[in-house]
Amino acid sequence: MAAPFSWIKPEPHGIYIPPADCWVDPSRAVDRALVTHGHADHARGGHGETVATPETLAIMELRYRTGAEDDAGEIPHRAVPVEYGETIRLKGGVDATYIPAGHVLGSAQILLEHAGERVIVTGDYKRRADPTCPPFEVTPCDIFITEATFGLPVFEHPPIEEEMAKLLERLRAYPDRCVLVGAYALGKAQRVIAELRAAGHHDPIYLHGAMEKMCRLYEEHGVNLGELRLVADATKDDILGHIVICPPSALNDRWSRRLPEPITAMASGWMRVRQRARQRNVELPLVISDHADWGELTRTIKEVDAQENWITHGREDALLRWCQLHQRRARALALVGYEDEDD
Amino acid sequence: MEEFAALIDALVYTRSRNEKLRLIAEYLRATPDPDRGWALAALSDGLDFPAVKSSTIRNLLKDRIDPVLWTLSRDFVGDTAETASLLWPAPDAPPSPPTMSETVALLGEMSRKTVLTELPKLLDRLDSSGRYALLKLATGGMRIGVSSRLAKTAFAQAFDVSVDEVEEYWHGLTPPYADLFAWAAEGADPPDIENLPTFRPFMLAHPLEETVVDLQDYAAEWKWDGIRVQLVRAGGETRLFSRSGDDISTTFPEFLDILPINAVLDGELLVRGTHQGGEEGGAASFNALQQRLGRKTVSKKMLTEYPAFIRLYDALLIEGDDVRTLPWTERRGRLEALASRLPGSHFDLSSVVEAKDFDHLAQIREGSRVDAIEGLMLKRKDSPYIAGRRVGYWYKWKRDPLLVDCVLMYAQRGSGKRSSFFSDYTFGCWDGDPDKGADLLPVGKAYSGFTDDELKKIDRHVRSNTINRFGPVRETDKSLVFEVAFDSVHESKRHKSGLAMRFPRIHRIRWDKPPHEADRIEALRALIAD
Repeated sequence: MAAPFSWIKPEPHGIYIPPADCWVDPSRAVDRALVTHGHADHARGGHGETVATPETLAIMELRYRTGAEDDAGEIPHRAVPVEYGETIRLKGGVDATYIPAGHVLGSAQILLEHAGERVIVTGDYKRRADPTCPPFEVTPCDIFITEATFGLPVFEHPPIEEEMAKLLERLRAYPDRCVLVGAYALGKAQRVIAELRAAGHHDPIYLHGAMEKMCRLYEEHGVNLGELRLVADATKDDILGHIVICPPSALNDRWSRRLPEPITAMASGWMRVRQRARQRNVELPLVISDHADWGELTRTIKEVDAQENWITHGREDALLRWCQLHQRRARALALVGYEDEDD
Repeated sequence: MEEFAALIDALVYTRSRNEKLRLIAEYLRATPDPDRGWALAALSDGLDFPAVKSSTIRNLLKDRIDPVLWTLSRDFVGDTAETASLLWPAPDAPPSPPTMSETVALLGEMSRKTVLTELPKLLDRLDSSGRYALLKLATGGMRIGVSSRLAKTAFAQAFDVSVDEVEEYWHGLTPPYADLFAWAAEGADPPDIENLPTFRPFMLAHPLEETVVDLQDYAAEWKWDGIRVQLVRAGGETRLFSRSGDDISTTFPEFLDILPINAVLDGELLVRGTHQGGEEGGAASFNALQQRLGRKTVSKKMLTEYPAFIRLYDALLIEGDDVRTLPWTERRGRLEALASRLPGSHFDLSSVVEAKDFDHLAQIREGSRVDAIEGLMLKRKDSPYIAGRRVGYWYKWKRDPLLVDCVLMYAQRGSGKRSSFFSDYTFGCWDGDPDKGADLLPVGKAYSGFTDDELKKIDRHVRSNTINRFGPVRETDKSLVFEVAFDSVHESKRHKSGLAMRFPRIHRIRWDKPPHEADRIEALRALIAD
């Protein structure tokens, strides 16, 4: 009999499962990949076979148009959809079950089972309610491989209602300007829009061109985003007193000059730290994140109550320390290629 | 305190200078006395609470949170006050914020003993923004992108008075500036500072750069490498101030009963040396002066070994006469007449450098490698003495810097605007032939001279080329070459190399240069001038 958990190997470029010869969220192209969600640092293009939720596959299709490019001499791509709660059997007697992670549309934790041992790879997750995706489900396992993007005790995301109120208040105070919100194009943007609608804001919301397709995709998957318009089709006067959403990279870009005196806002967990907001020239920081904050990370580790916790991409040191202080076994994985700059 | 905390938060997130001025002015108009006076003091670095130090905050937090988690958090956030404001456990009771005056009074009453029990009580009365404002206020140095000058300008704007007048009275007043508000906001008589030995703002110079001036209109003087000082006698008292207006009288007691008349004089503080040069002689290098700086008490030995003197540049007031509105030539005449009445042991006159024309002056400048000379000053002959930096009146024309190629060895995270970026660099030169196994020895540290974009690139280089971590410091694989500019280099025990640079800054980043081609220690040593 093989040593316990010898069937799961953290490598610099992802988590490798030898008996199934496949990878979880590999940061380079591989023959077979299990993908937790559609963010580029987890869902690279070019894999031979991708196993993911139908929503994640749709997102990857949109981003990489994977199916259309098998004529360039690349390995033909095969998409294997797995619904939430569904288990698929991989080679070598490994079962994979996709469980909601509450991060973005289609995001999943992947439960891997082999020889009676259970390992969960969370991908990215949060514990707060999100109108655009089903909530994280706590699932028992032996090894819990958790993200740690906001793994420092200074990170505490306030209730999103407070942040929406801040945004709407600023919008009302400056009717002759507009508020430009930088938000990650997949997930954050749609969540902000959906939360604005929930807060009773039904005015048209203007979009940077790079946001449009992803918003359509969300709507096709049943997320109602209300009336959306493109900045490109509007005049400065149209936009006065409205909210505009763009990718963070466009906030201080030439593109924003076409807007009427925009108040620069950014929706990100990093905005909790003043100097981070200052570094990005943000006037209105909105502390909104699709990742678990410190309280959520530690609560989740307690609730999952695994024998061992493996901590990846983010501030591993502090979460590792917390595990030590609370007598929980933990180790930090040095995975490369994960980015956290824009969330 | 809530209003002040809201102001601080708004200022942190505001880039535009005009918007900052508007925010501060609005606050000053809307807030009653004396709260607004305390706020103005806080914004202009006029408050000091000796019992509350950064280390006090650190100690308070380390009692409430695991020290490792504290250090990791502080390292990421880059600011002790902000980290503490975020990590302070939320109290059960709802906030009951004190007023500014109450806050200042409570902070002022704290001693090193009581601070550990009293400061927590105050923190418990505030929310996260309030805690941030409180800790910034208590430790001084807000670092929120508001200079003392900006705060004064906002004050002037709020009440429609001249900022020069505000500057003039400023140093004669103390927080919460009741007289200043009475004058500006309520039309009372201006504060009377005539009989107070207060600091007047210096006139400053622009770098000459590509400008060429006509020596018909401009006079040239050496720019001495000491520290700029203002000596003031009024109301029977003499004080010495540094460039920033800090009172350094106790560090240089030899000037306190030497001035025979009431006056405000502008000059360079230097130390006499034996190995000095220069046409006028008498001045040692900055290194010698450094022995005297920053001391609270001065021994007899110090006074004899490093005797200080002031080389006079200009006069602002002479025997009750405000000469600032006179042209430079006339002030110079008055200064020369005065200088002849002063003891030569403590004063001399910065002489005028004579040159046929600008080219000739350029030659003279190139020829001066005397260590106590930083370059030349060019002063318009008809210029009045105006506070601050005005275009066209005074220029500084520094000597070209010395350059040496060094290798990046260690990088440390910056704070404030640069928090979480590796922005402070220690670099070294080769102690022999690198191809024969010589080591790098640190020769200096710099944290300026690069653009924000370059900072990002260096930061990335540091992160991906780290070979060791020591808390906030990373040791790199020594693969990046900096061309470092500096004004001079001296013997020093601070670095293992035995050398220390003056004003080192990153001149160019040599992404292209292999590290073994960087300079050797001996090349740097050859540049020692004294």
